[in-house]
Amino acid sequence: MRLVKAGRIVEDRFVRVLDESAVPDGVPVLLPAARFLADAEELGRRDAPTGVMWPNNRKVAELAPHLDRLALVALMFPAFKDGRAFSQARLIRERYGFRGELRATGQVLRDQFLFLLRAGFDAFEVTKDADAGAFAEAERRYSVFYQPTGDGRATALRARLARVRTSAGQMLEAAGEFHR
Amino acid sequence: MTSPLQQKLKIAGPVVVTANRLGDGAVVYRTVDQQWTADLDDAAVVRTSEAASALLAGAAADFTNAVDAYVAPVDLAGGRPQPANLRERIRRAGPTFQLPTNMV
Amino acid sequence: MYVHDDFDRTLIAERVAEFRDQVRRRLSGELTEDEFKPLRLMNGVYLQLHAYMLRIAIPYGTLSSNQMRTLAHVARRYDRGYGHFTTRQNIQFNWIKLAELPDAMADLAASGLHGMQTSGNCVRNITTDQWAAVAPDEIEDPRIWAELVRQYTTLHPEFSFLPRKFKIAVAAAAKDRAALRVHDIGLRLHRNGAGETGFEVMVGGGLGRTPFIAKTIKPFLLKRDVLSYIEAILRVYNQYGRRDNIYKARIKILVHELGAEAFAREVEQEWQAIKDGALALDPAVIAEIAARFRYPAYERLADNPIELNKARATDRRFDTWFGNSVARHRMPGYAIVTLSLKPEGGPPGDATAEQMDAIADLAERYSAGEIRVGHEQNLVLPHVRQRDLYALWRALDAIGVATPNVGLVSDIIACPGLDYCSLANARAIPVAQDLTRRFRNLDVARGLGRLHINISGCINACGHHHVGHIGILGIEKNGEEFYQVTIGGRADEDAALGTLIGPAVPSGEVVDVVEDLVAAYVELRERPGEIFLDTVKRVGVEPFKERVYAAR
Repeated sequence: MRLVKAGRIVEDRFVRVLDESAVPDGVPVLLPAARFLADAEELGRRDAPTGVMWPNNRKVAELAPHLDRLALVALMFPAFKDGRAFSQARLIRERYGFRGELRATGQVLRDQFLFLLRAGFDAFEVTKDADAGAFAEAERRYSVFYQPTGDGRATALRARLARVRTSAGQMLEAAGEFHR
Repeated sequence: MTSPLQQKLKIAGPVVVTANRLGDGAVVYRTVDQQWTADLDDAAVVRTSEAASALLAGAAADFTNAVDAYVAPVDLAGGRPQPANLRERIRRAGPTFQLPTNMV
Repeated sequence: MYVHDDFDRTLIAERVAEFRDQVRRRLSGELTEDEFKPLRLMNGVYLQLHAYMLRIAIPYGTLSSNQMRTLAHVARRYDRGYGHFTTRQNIQFNWIKLAELPDAMADLAASGLHGMQTSGNCVRNITTDQWAAVAPDEIEDPRIWAELVRQYTTLHPEFSFLPRKFKIAVAAAAKDRAALRVHDIGLRLHRNGAGETGFEVMVGGGLGRTPFIAKTIKPFLLKRDVLSYIEAILRVYNQYGRRDNIYKARIKILVHELGAEAFAREVEQEWQAIKDGALALDPAVIAEIAARFRYPAYERLADNPIELNKARATDRRFDTWFGNSVARHRMPGYAIVTLSLKPEGGPPGDATAEQMDAIADLAERYSAGEIRVGHEQNLVLPHVRQRDLYALWRALDAIGVATPNVGLVSDIIACPGLDYCSLANARAIPVAQDLTRRFRNLDVARGLGRLHINISGCINACGHHHVGHIGILGIEKNGEEFYQVTIGGRADEDAALGTLIGPAVPSGEVVDVVEDLVAAYVELRERPGEIFLDTVKRVGVEPFKERVYAAR
């Protein structure tokens, strides 16, 4: 298992606390949702970062009030085909404005990296070492995007409009007739 | 003809293990020495679920050569193995009508 | 038709490069089949009984002559010289090798063709009416909206791993030729009381194991809101669609389980949060896409030119074909021509590479270089001058695509079935072939009027049997092929599911059953002009059941 962030393999500084043991002081911790919610107030006052593992079948609206106390939200891909966390991620970033680390955990393939980035994830637990190494390449696979997300990448539609507006006289050239 | 890929392994007679070749999707059969052949005549025919499981396990592990291996019944009445149902007959011989062209 | 630009071309090229890498990783064993399968499916690559099948998207069923030539090239170079047009306006090649797929896709990409999202749990080809932009009863070209939705849903980061496949259709006429009501989302462009143009949004239609007719959740949606509203629907579905059972994972099940009103409320709540965001379509955006649709420079012509009338009067075969395969065009002096891919004894919807090349040439000469694919598995030349019809017909007749059976009993819609498909329980194509032979007499076929027969080889219903006037579903019983027959289904604006007439019959009897149904219809109809479907509606299913099962 490798953690990839900002295009590189990094150490995971968050300690997972999965059972009922005490939450250690002074270290970043990653807690299951139920545990976190039970003590949200107190955990929010910790002087070390706190993270939560949020299941993919639970509404993120429930987590929204606590986001400003969190340094990390880890969402789940129980199987890479289960795409619920993509919607959760977009809501967390775009609807609720979360700025901390948004991590994809579980099973993700390199072929999903760009989708994950565009959905708002910035950290990835990668099961295959080969995929971890290919992250930068996967990110560069596409340069054209049709639809907007919160990632700020320009869409083809907007780019076309910008072209049309800046050089109206060259519009036909921009449209690029397909030879029939 | 319910997809055999959903069936549990139970052996009621002679069977072969069949799959599709990775490179071109062609129908292949598992041989006695755990290779693949396109010729049903050269397929390993087994009669017990242990033997079938072993053959299938070898087939499944060989996923760089063929995919979706499963157990298919054969008829031995004529001496050589023949497909024992319509699905396997079609897999072996192709569509049951003349294709629109003669290209092979 | 839509003109691609460098953005569109770049995206497709990047996709081909990605797939080439995925194939390499699969062949080397870096990817298991479990990992590779969803990736190849998202490029339209299926593994069937004997070979891989490649499904190419024909966006909203519109092709240029050049693209048709590319399909012919792929059929010849990588396949066995033919392709199959499908009930979702796509084309399928049945024999392509995995290792050659990246090259085939690169060749297709050079003409702007691809297999992106023609399979997998993502949004599929956006389909429409094959008479879009040329039908007299349309209010505007729905393909502009289909293209907007196509782009929006292509490689969508949030919606590429949905619970199940997702199919959207768009149309803009009162008569629904796009089967809107059996799609996951059906969008009907229309004018409201105030004269504004907007969409009726219908959700949760679909065939298969549990067929449903779609429910209207938004009677009138402004054009500017169409993408944000679709995003709201998809987001609700992505989060709440079932993932535990593939037979209950379509949105139609979610709509059914929640109830249409509760579902509509969920969508509305989500939509309110995003409707004025980045997906709101301002007129400049719509105009930019619309401007990239090129239309022929229609001449000012009169209807019924002398050439046409003379040919009709002197050539009976031509006149018969004219009466069957030519439809009114919105421009005077023009016509919409349907090319029947249902010759007697032929697999429905197939065309050889030679036919494709010839059709490409004819389209260039007679139809402004444009061809359409219909979900009835026929082709259309949408811009033909009436004065050219006779010359065109002679050429179509010479290549075998002028059988005057469009919409008749021998114009059968069939899935590939057990001859090709690993999901099938029974064969469909031989049943269709036998039916076209039994009903080979074109006078008889014409006398029976409009009659849609749909055949599916399994419950997945790719042949759309639920909405056939006569629907035939292949099943397996004790290793034998049996067929269940339904009647009274329809896919149009009065969409309805067919009713089972009785127990399944063995394959040897299917054609006889259809003949009995047809005979019953002839006896029961009020007048020759009452079509089979209307007779069933008027007298019910019982008289037909009796006739078929009396001697069985």
